[in-house]
Amino acid sequence: MKKLLNRKNIISILMAILVYVLITCLVSSGILSRHYQSLLVPVGINIILAVSLNLTVGFLGELTLGHAGFMSVGAYAGCIFSIYSNLPVYIELPLSLIIGGLVAALFGVIIGIPALRLKGDYLAIVTLAFGEIIRSVFTNLEITGGAGGLKGIDKTSNYTIVYIIAIITIIVISNLVRSRHGRAICAIRDNIIAAESVGINVVYHKLLAFVIAAFFAGVAGVLYGQNLGILKPSTFDFNKSIEILVIVVLGGMGSIAGSIISAVIITLLPEVLRGLADYRMLIYAVVLIAMMILNSSPKFAEFKQEVVHKLKGNKVGEGKEEGDGSIRG
Amino acid sequence: MALLEVNNLTIVFGGLHAVDDFSLKIEKGQLYGLIGPNGAGKTTCFNMLTGVYKPTGGRIILDGEEITGKSTIEINKKGIARTFQNIRLFHNMTVLDNVKIGLNNQKKYSVAEGIFRLPRYFKAEKEMDEKAISLLSVFDLDKEKDILASNLPYGKQRKLEIARALATNPKLLLLDEPAAGMNPNETAELMKTIRFVRDKFNMTILLIEHDMKLVSGICEEITVLNFGKELTHGETSKVLNNPEVIKAYLGE
Repeated sequence: MKKLLNRKNIISILMAILVYVLITCLVSSGILSRHYQSLLVPVGINIILAVSLNLTVGFLGELTLGHAGFMSVGAYAGCIFSIYSNLPVYIELPLSLIIGGLVAALFGVIIGIPALRLKGDYLAIVTLAFGEIIRSVFTNLEITGGAGGLKGIDKTSNYTIVYIIAIITIIVISNLVRSRHGRAICAIRDNIIAAESVGINVVYHKLLAFVIAAFFAGVAGVLYGQNLGILKPSTFDFNKSIEILVIVVLGGMGSIAGSIISAVIITLLPEVLRGLADYRMLIYAVVLIAMMILNSSPKFAEFKQEVVHKLKGNKVGEGKEEGDGSIRG
Repeated sequence: MALLEVNNLTIVFGGLHAVDDFSLKIEKGQLYGLIGPNGAGKTTCFNMLTGVYKPTGGRIILDGEEITGKSTIEINKKGIARTFQNIRLFHNMTVLDNVKIGLNNQKKYSVAEGIFRLPRYFKAEKEMDEKAISLLSVFDLDKEKDILASNLPYGKQRKLEIARALATNPKLLLLDEPAAGMNPNETAELMKTIRFVRDKFNMTILLIEHDMKLVSGICEEITVLNFGKELTHGETSKVLNNPEVIKAYLGE
């Protein structure tokens, strides 16, 4: 227990609470308009999606384009459960989240075992196909409500719950990355032949990363459905997968902090630009390009590193040896 | 009994006999050299010994146990570790983490214990850190433990690769051209290190090398390969003076 309560962790916990209190104050005082309040949940959901996708794309180094597919599987499983069960909310909600996550993880195993034998472009195509197949299955099934969507889901999730789940996701993924399994996952990314030569079980660790990412995508899906009250298959199309991928790439592969920041920016950007009416999507695209160029420039990377160093120097003091794998590059 | 016994190992790629009828016997604690001109099949031999390629014929016996055709991971667990001709480090990871990857199969804890930071995690990580740092200090790399592996100078990257291989606790260490790209000073230092590793860890080492100074300096016995076939083997000084060997290297 003592080891868990080092300075860095305490600061992180305090930060998390502070941000939450800030949001709550803004909401209850009415400074945040209704419109922006409604964006809090999508921001949180995109954080969960981006951080979990970063595990496969950033840390494992495998390009997958089916994250929206896993999200939809989890969403439908969790929401169908919550429709048909009559449990009190405080049991039903966590249970539906877990069911959504587990079903998505199960699909992760089923897809992962054959697909992870493929590399690079091929894996991307297979996962893309999975996302499309699952979408058309949901469009044609009766239990999912078909193209009209699944209606009548209890609206149980709000920004508090999404916030808590997002924090849990961040903790789980960053802890995983800084454990022996996470090191093995990164080793596979860096050099697969060398990883095998030191006895790393490549298949197992690839699947592990893939399944954990799928689990959180499923959880995010359930949160999404329970916030909106309706699920439509068309929400989980190719564009959604790409949107998450853009968040991860923009935030930096293998950077959890980056994923969080970029999830906030990418989700809010189109809404902030709403005033520009017709030019909205044009500006959005230009801003994206500009951010990508800026983010990949060495000067900016140096600047970021300096900022990180300064923050670490001032806040963490002695620079705890545990190291911060999350803020890299 | 020999630690490593290789009998009539053969591999055929299409119509090419890359390695043909190759046999080898290495005693425990020996420093053995495998030499030959470019394309003789030395690295192919290493790849068969470590399970990267499945041999077409022949047997490999490590410490009395047959390991022919087993996977790379299994062979590593049985006790063969290697380095690579073109360095293969985990570039985006720290020097310390590179060695800790080698310890991955020795100090274990489950995924859940890692995620929820249960006591076993801290215990195993601490042991890993200590073991890794002591290994790094053997190679004089302990001061650089927190920098990225890609930022190490070339000679130190070679050393780190050896340290990582040793971390898997092997019985037999295979070094593929450890002195490639090193200047004479670095090579001399490397020779010392290899000898030191052999003595300190009581390690058996099989190495491929083109640098004859290194080979004649540290190898007790050598085998010469040419066009996939064994040319000769025996005591280093005798073999290196063999006219056939000189012919294979220099031509007529």
